[in-house]
Amino acid sequence: MKQINIDRRNVLKGAGALTIGANMLPFLKVLPAHAARSDVAVVVIGQTINSLDIHRKGTNRPSYQIAVNCYDRLLSFGTKTLADGSLSYDYSVLKPDLAESWQVADDGMSVTFKLRENAKFWDGAPVTAEDVKWSLDRAVSLGGFPAVQMKAGSLIKPEQFIVVDEKTFKIEFIRKSKLTLPDLAVPVPMIINSKLAKANATDKDPWATEYLHRNPAGSGAFKVARWDPGEQIVYDRNDNWTSGPLPGVKRVVVREVPSLATRRALIERGDVDLSFGIPDKDTKELAQKKGIKVTATPIENAIYCVGLNLKFEPFQDKKVRQAVAYAIPYEEIFKTAAFENGVKMWGAKSAKPSDTAWPQPFPYSTDFDKAKALLAESKFKDGFEVPFSINQSLASWMEPTALLIQEGLAKIGIKSTIEKIPGANWRTAALVEKKLPLHLENFGGWLNYPDYYFFWAYIKGHLFNSSNYDNPEVKKLVDETLHMETTNPEYAPKIKRLIEIAFDDVPRIPLWQPTLSSAMSEKLTGYEFWFHRQLDARKFSKA
Amino acid sequence: MKHRTIELVLFRLWQAVPVLFGVIVVTFILTRALPGDPAVYFAGPAADENSIAEIRKSLGLDRSLFEQFIIYLGDLARGDLGQSLSTGQPVLNDLSKRLPASLELTFSALILSVMIAVPLGILAAMKPGHWVDHTCRFLVTAGVSLPTFFTGLVLIFFFYYIAGIAPSPIGRLDFVYLPPPTITGFYVLDSLLAGDLETARAAFAQLILPAITLALFTLAPIARMTRASMIQALSSEFIRTARAAGLSSRKIIFTYALRNALLPVITTLGMVFSFTLGANVLVEKVFAWPGIGSYAVEALVVSDYAAVQGFVLSMAVIFVLLNLTVDIIYTLIDPRISLES
Repeated sequence: MKQINIDRRNVLKGAGALTIGANMLPFLKVLPAHAARSDVAVVVIGQTINSLDIHRKGTNRPSYQIAVNCYDRLLSFGTKTLADGSLSYDYSVLKPDLAESWQVADDGMSVTFKLRENAKFWDGAPVTAEDVKWSLDRAVSLGGFPAVQMKAGSLIKPEQFIVVDEKTFKIEFIRKSKLTLPDLAVPVPMIINSKLAKANATDKDPWATEYLHRNPAGSGAFKVARWDPGEQIVYDRNDNWTSGPLPGVKRVVVREVPSLATRRALIERGDVDLSFGIPDKDTKELAQKKGIKVTATPIENAIYCVGLNLKFEPFQDKKVRQAVAYAIPYEEIFKTAAFENGVKMWGAKSAKPSDTAWPQPFPYSTDFDKAKALLAESKFKDGFEVPFSINQSLASWMEPTALLIQEGLAKIGIKSTIEKIPGANWRTAALVEKKLPLHLENFGGWLNYPDYYFFWAYIKGHLFNSSNYDNPEVKKLVDETLHMETTNPEYAPKIKRLIEIAFDDVPRIPLWQPTLSSAMSEKLTGYEFWFHRQLDARKFSKA
Repeated sequence: MKHRTIELVLFRLWQAVPVLFGVIVVTFILTRALPGDPAVYFAGPAADENSIAEIRKSLGLDRSLFEQFIIYLGDLARGDLGQSLSTGQPVLNDLSKRLPASLELTFSALILSVMIAVPLGILAAMKPGHWVDHTCRFLVTAGVSLPTFFTGLVLIFFFYYIAGIAPSPIGRLDFVYLPPPTITGFYVLDSLLAGDLETARAAFAQLILPAITLALFTLAPIARMTRASMIQALSSEFIRTARAAGLSSRKIIFTYALRNALLPVITTLGMVFSFTLGANVLVEKVFAWPGIGSYAVEALVVSDYAAVQGFVLSMAVIFVLLNLTVDIIYTLIDPRISLES
């Protein structure tokens, strides 16, 4: 369709070799995307990327993909093939990224990393222990979300990060914790080209947040060729990448298309290779189309659930909470709101968990007689009225779910009125002020351990405990297990006890484990699911 | 005479200053009155109270409203509209990229819709009750009653999805093209100025469907107004006199009737233009058009103060300029009207 202009392509190649920001790219009329379509993957997403620096304040979730695709970390997770043939990261395997090997000290209180000899940043500077230290210092010093995530891995202060020599780097632990090493493989502790960043830092901005916000400086598989905020990001492959096999595509174009219907038309017409994050409604229909593959991966350590706030008097009674759990029409909700995508979280046979799997089904199912009987045993046998809050930005699943629950509750005499809260206010109301008596919640933990989920969602004062649940035994068990190795013989019994309490007390009633679904053309391979639920293009290849 | 016009224009601009100041004050207060706390929202998914407080401080939201307002005025005086939180860019950058996108779309749609609506309105006025009149009425009713996102999706469905004639609806340019160097900010014009016909063609192709969608919507008020004012003009005494004097019907309709009927049409055009510029959010969403309407809505949803204020302020400036332009056009069309009155 379009004539190929060799000169322009060469100009771009030359420009690509320099690590320069999108704003400084020389003007080119035509990107050579059409020159060899098998070299280029086109992706559409519904959200917008607002920064190229995950450490910056206000960086939104879709922007985390820059940290994934453009930066390396010390460690990474392995890859496994799921039952449906799709790829997923493997939480149980830690593999080298920029560190080619690592050794935990005999006393278990530090770890020493050996960096890859030949690893280079995009500008050709070698990756040194200095860069690693600067980057990790930055992650714990800038505050906000990166600091919180680092803290989850017991990484809290720059003094913990020690440069041994140019290629050797040591982290001293403040405590022994199983979370520390996996936490080095999440997107946050990315390794930044510190010389380049420092050259662009100012006295007021010593961590170069303004520079790195627009100009990534990494060693990762892709460089940013172009960033048009609100429109697109274009990645070009880094041919000198050393932390893994080179991606099979030279260029990835990520376009932001807000309309669901338009994204669907694009993937059905075959004009794009991947529609990332499609609604549950489309999964089934798109899977039946010719030439389209749909991948739906259950999101690890994430549950969609009903939150019962203990600040609200009736919910202080365990019997009332259990009555609510028996009055929920799980099956219909799963059909109507999830379109049967996901893993059912109800209907377990026993009130005691048989293993430490998490999430796992709770021992409740729809049983209105039992619900009425339980309610009759409480002070509230005639029922009560309660507002039922949902997040408007998540209305696609929350609204049908809430309507069905409302119907179920009405059958046992609990009258609820549905209140939609705008997405921007949801966090304040649900998680910070924790003032919603009855609501829906969707927390998922990045680090895949049950104790990590309980830490965030079942302990008083912690952010995702929107139920204000407080139980000294749970607190004690979480404190004991959070940093404990899973191989410790005490670990499994304690986790089982935690789950058993969650079964019995039900401050959060699980509905189902959600999935992340994407539709792609059959030509595209290498799509991989990650806990961070963002695009990872590093394994992309096109037939 | 010319000199006086310039003086009057300057006077009118000076008159706009208190209006703009009022807009600044009201938007400042209204954005702060919005429910929702930007600090909490932007603190990220796992933020604790400390990090929320840090962000509040770095946004300057820990100061009193009055202090914040003084700082805002100072920034404005330096031409700094602040930093948008949701896009991570200076608001001025965002607006200067998105406003031309919206303007290009709105202008194309209006040109298209004037080209259809005015002749249609004239024809309908000349033969009331004739089939042309009925067609006009049908188009007008259909245009108003069909929501734009629906028209947009239907057009995409037929022309892109089924027929495959239209390019993929992914914004101002297909992903293989790079935007032309910015002169006017209008991609079609800029690539023509740069002598790049290929990009101009591509940008034009992207424009067609969204422009038709918007044009269908804006057709109605213009056609209706043309028809009504033409009917009125055609029934007035000077037309009867002209007819009696045996002037050609072309001369009667275009020179005498149309010129007199144009004033209300121009007024309507001005209103339709300003309305469409800010209100074509749905069209922008459906066609992934990076315009100013979707920008404003997204900013509002997340309480992005700087972006909302910047948007309202720039729209206020546009309204002031637009009203002025409409007034000047009046004087050109109808010498009886002067800027003084």
